[in-house]
Amino acid sequence: MTAVAADTAPVIRGGSLRRSRRWALITSYVCLALFAIFFLTPPYYQLVTATKSSEEISNQNTDPWLPSFAPTSENIVNLWTKTDFPIYLRNTSIVTACVVALTMIISVPAAFALGRMRFWGSGILATGVFLTYLVPDSLLFLPLFKVVGSLGLLNSYWGLMLVYPTLTVPFCTWIMIGYFQSIPKELDEAALIDGASHLQMLFKIFIPVALPGLIAATIFAFTVSWAEFVYPMAFIFNSSQQVLTAGTITTLVKADVYQWGMIMTAALIAAAPPLILYAFLMDYYIAGLTAGATKG
Amino acid sequence: MSETIPRTLIAGKGAAPARPGSLYRLSRQRSTIAFLFALPLLVVVGGLIVYPGIYAMYLSTLNRTQTRFLGLGNYTFLLSRDTFWAVVEQSVIFAGTAVLLKALIGIVTAHLVNNLPSKGQRKWRGMLLIPWVIPLSLSTLGWFWLLDPTYSAFNWFFARIGGPHIPWLSDPMWARFCTILVNVWFGAPFFLIMYLAALKSVPQQLYEAAAIDGANAWQKLIHVTLPMMRNIISITVLYSLIVTFANYDIVRVLTSGGPRNKTHVFATWAFQLGIASGDIPLGASVSLFMFPILGISAIFILRGVRRRGKEI
Repeated sequence: MTAVAADTAPVIRGGSLRRSRRWALITSYVCLALFAIFFLTPPYYQLVTATKSSEEISNQNTDPWLPSFAPTSENIVNLWTKTDFPIYLRNTSIVTACVVALTMIISVPAAFALGRMRFWGSGILATGVFLTYLVPDSLLFLPLFKVVGSLGLLNSYWGLMLVYPTLTVPFCTWIMIGYFQSIPKELDEAALIDGASHLQMLFKIFIPVALPGLIAATIFAFTVSWAEFVYPMAFIFNSSQQVLTAGTITTLVKADVYQWGMIMTAALIAAAPPLILYAFLMDYYIAGLTAGATKG
Repeated sequence: MSETIPRTLIAGKGAAPARPGSLYRLSRQRSTIAFLFALPLLVVVGGLIVYPGIYAMYLSTLNRTQTRFLGLGNYTFLLSRDTFWAVVEQSVIFAGTAVLLKALIGIVTAHLVNNLPSKGQRKWRGMLLIPWVIPLSLSTLGWFWLLDPTYSAFNWFFARIGGPHIPWLSDPMWARFCTILVNVWFGAPFFLIMYLAALKSVPQQLYEAAAIDGANAWQKLIHVTLPMMRNIISITVLYSLIVTFANYDIVRVLTSGGPRNKTHVFATWAFQLGIASGDIPLGASVSLFMFPILGISAIFILRGVRRRGKEI
């Protein structure tokens, strides 16, 4: 009798466990779906608006949440031919490419030196780099306005290339220090015995081994430069030098009659490159995000 | 034979002074190269972050045309203004509420994603992080359009179901609510990712041990998960506090500080005074009010990161 009871009891408990596990799973899916709706509503609505003409948008009888019944391409055509949007896109691309290259040239050797070679004060400097990463752009833009002005780079995207590294270099250096430090010590000892110079060591051993970190740092530098808003708002006041974020918000939203279809098209196109990069390199992107708090 | 050993030892001793010499030279050469590698970094950090930081403090002691030294004049002037106290109030409400909500949503969603079978987790995680990937000024523009006074799609929906017409951005309280809403929307996915990574790093044995002790799900959360995640939670919260406190994009795009300066935060008001009105010293004084809270958070973050580095 007792043996039978003992046998059946786990079966019943197993069944209810499985059932409660299934309910937990269904609840998880339902809750996550609600969060997903919250998180994806603005981009979805931007996409829906971007396909509509101004007449359709201003018609209060049509459902604003549904895609257009007659999708139009007039928004994108107008954006390309009647506004400075192509100039902004070009300027952002130039600035971002240069800032990413500059950031990598500065932070990779520096991270190698701070994390791997050590010299007098390197530990304090590494801590200092981390602290400067926490200094926000909205604290620095006013003194930098004077600095950029004294260099004659106000109202020029060359000035942006000068100041964007304040946002990218500290964090990229910090996560590269972490990646370099995680490489076993035997590797550089072996290279030293083979007579490699420090530069050879960096390029032939450390950069290839720390490539995931390098990709994560590059993605970070790219997304930050692409999305930066405070500096161009403060330093650029001429449309020919303006970048996407500030340009879209200052010139397109200024008109008396808001062309919402066109504005949303602009916002979507401007947001596309970081999104595409994220779609393909999601794991590196997330590794870079979490590395800042766990490495070093 | 037994006598030759001390001799070689002596010979070794005789050669010794030369070897430390070359080693010393090697290490000096090594630290010179290391210093050269780090030099561009020093230039950027020193010239574009540390120097402007100190320069901002100097600027804040000058008058509008930067010709006369005022001492703490700008600061006392700010403290006597009502707008300043409105900015303090809004900044504290904005950052405090938003960070709290982001942390809560982050914990909840991280647990939900962690509950899923591991095959589907990647897909959900990728989808839920999208708000963090879109440049904030541009996604806020999408929100601005969603909250438009005449064409708000939310109000259209409320009108359909017989709900009220909400003055999203023209009523001060609703405008404050909207700035917080957009910030939570943007920042919660970051918390999700950080907490999910932390959840994965909690050793499974601890849960097994807790299960053997008869702990239910709630007890496991309180006694295992949260203590193990304490460090990462504090790092994330403090980091987010800095970023949220210093945020410019959301308020600039959504309300430009209005209605009646009720939604201005330090960053937007400093911009308003410093760039739009051309009083750089006064703007610098406003932005420097952010410094104490940033400095204190930064010190605690550093402590947390160090501790976490030792744990791993």
